[in-house]
Amino acid sequence: MPGTDAPRRVAVTSPRTEAAERARPARRRLDDLADQTEVGDVLLRALIRAQLVLAVQVLAVLVVLLGGLPLLFVLVPEVGRLEIGGIGVPWLLLGMASFPLLVLLGVVYIRQAERNEREFAELVER
Amino acid sequence: MLAVVAVVAVTGATIAIGTFGVRVARTTSDFFVAARTVPPMWNASAISGEYLSAASFLGVAGLVLKYGVDMLWYPVGYAAGYLLLLLFVAAPLRRFGAYTIPDFAEGRLRSLPVRGVATAFVLLIGWFYLLPQMKGAGITLSVLIGTPYWVGVVVVGGVITANVALGGMRGITFVQAFQYWVKVTAISLPAMFLLLHWQQDRMPEVVSPAPPTFAHATDVEFGVDTRFRVETPVVVDVTGELDGRSATGPRELTAGEHVVAADTVLGFPAGAPTPHQLDLAAAGGTHWGRPFGPIADQEEHPLFFTYSLILATFLGTMGLPHILVRFYTNPDGRAARQTTVIVLAMLGAFYVFPAVYGVLGRLYTPDLLLTGRTDTVVLVLPERIVPGLGGELLGALVAAGAFAAFMSTASGLLVMVAGALAQDVLSPNVRGFRSAAVLGGCVAALLGLAVEPFDINRLVGWAFAIAASSFCPLLVLGIWWRGLSAVGALAGLLVGGTTASAAIGATMLGFAPGGWLGSLLAQPAAWSVPLAFAVMIVVSRRTPASIPADVGRTMVTLHTPERLGLTAPARP
Repeated sequence: MPGTDAPRRVAVTSPRTEAAERARPARRRLDDLADQTEVGDVLLRALIRAQLVLAVQVLAVLVVLLGGLPLLFVLVPEVGRLEIGGIGVPWLLLGMASFPLLVLLGVVYIRQAERNEREFAELVER
Repeated sequence: MLAVVAVVAVTGATIAIGTFGVRVARTTSDFFVAARTVPPMWNASAISGEYLSAASFLGVAGLVLKYGVDMLWYPVGYAAGYLLLLLFVAAPLRRFGAYTIPDFAEGRLRSLPVRGVATAFVLLIGWFYLLPQMKGAGITLSVLIGTPYWVGVVVVGGVITANVALGGMRGITFVQAFQYWVKVTAISLPAMFLLLHWQQDRMPEVVSPAPPTFAHATDVEFGVDTRFRVETPVVVDVTGELDGRSATGPRELTAGEHVVAADTVLGFPAGAPTPHQLDLAAAGGTHWGRPFGPIADQEEHPLFFTYSLILATFLGTMGLPHILVRFYTNPDGRAARQTTVIVLAMLGAFYVFPAVYGVLGRLYTPDLLLTGRTDTVVLVLPERIVPGLGGELLGALVAAGAFAAFMSTASGLLVMVAGALAQDVLSPNVRGFRSAAVLGGCVAALLGLAVEPFDINRLVGWAFAIAASSFCPLLVLGIWWRGLSAVGALAGLLVGGTTASAAIGATMLGFAPGGWLGSLLAQPAAWSVPLAFAVMIVVSRRTPASIPADVGRTMVTLHTPERLGLTAPARP
């Protein structure tokens, strides 16, 4: 947080830009979306793509970290024999570590998905 | 006796909360989705409460006892399914504003045939998933008060049916939330006492080269005819029928195969190695504690089995209709996402514990490997380990938890089955819902009588496989791909869902060819899910005419945040 005594930020724009902003019909992009115009379609496709790419990225992390384990156990059987504190590593990975990992991936996803939506909303409401 | 009191208390509270809910439920809409006024924390408790079934509470520990660490893929998959649901389904589906999967299918694809097929799969998955809950009821009651298997199925089936028919879902939401907390307490608290006791017992080695042995002299009672193998000769005290001859008194069990008739009791001396059932891989040794241990003896293609199971559980959760219907009780898409993450945390907190029972069961209840009643290990273990009143109290607690587990899941499933029946087959009002609940409950109880021989988790895994092969592609493609056509969806649902069901049905009926064919049939998700996706995509490409005209509008509704006000109002 900047000091409270710092001068307030103000937007400096030319009077002509402001006039233009005012002259433009309000919420036009929102109408584009609602009416399925070409512009609206481009905007929507961009949002869907961003959300899908995000979902697939998180999924890829899950597939590598969890989905890779059976293959790892087969290819490197020594991993299955490792122990930490008398408990086998496979037991710790599957029985304990996997659950916090899932929550973590979920939290990361939500933050990014909501950011995508916020940016989209700001874009169409501007 | 204490256990019976605890079970009656849980059942009583369930009915009381359900009845209290009825007074609040007035309109049909309230009745079906609790009027969408449930905050995320409550909703997450309710979803977790509904989801943690007999499979999680009883079955996981039983499988770990039998097959070891590989079985932990079940709980991991049951939880991970919610991450996939979060990534691909949660928020868009909530924004779409339909109540059920058939509503989504019809609203998205504008096709009544697709709705009809979706309804058929809702009923199939719902009933299939009810079977293991009925099994849980049957074995729990028989452990508690010694009733025959069918009594538990009929009694619990009746209570659930009455509660659903009278309470609707408003009551159920509060019941489910309450039951999550019952279950998590009932699994964690005794587990900690058991671990403490094991520590005082000087921590005997669980994974040792020797097979499990009886810690004390133990009378083993067989519920059904059982064939088993003895490795080391031992003298047992027989009451009943051994190797085809009735016998009373001490007899020597020679090394090799033996068979006992139902209701026979064998008294084993302390320290004797535990024989194991013939269809179980050799129970002993370090083998059990390692990945691809006993499972590699049991399955011809263990790696395929594991990946197929992973696919079924990871993708099946989003296709479970009784779970999806809960997402409509979130006020908006954002709340739906928050709810899902809370669910992930709640499930994780629960799933740490069942393995404790399975592992300690190796030491203290090896006789379950002989009788085959491994699904009861959670119920039996506390009284076996902790002596006196303490053990009895812990036993009462796990019994209450087990009851909460199959009561809540079975109630949620029955709400869904009854909802689908009322909406699409009988009449879509409260009266229709009540008749449908009674019909659905009776069918479930009748079928439940037949599934005693199957592992609870085996049955649940199959229900997941069918859901993953039908509804998962419908939802993922329906939400993310404009090109999905009504004909394509119909074809994919039918091909994926019916081939998976047929493979599982054949396996259940005992059709077990060796080699790859048997493995493919017994755990079909690895091929049936990609097949369903492929059919939906290929057929949709060939039938662009049946892509609904309003797909653009639907996409706006599914994906734009609520604050823009573009999300369509709920379709009644």
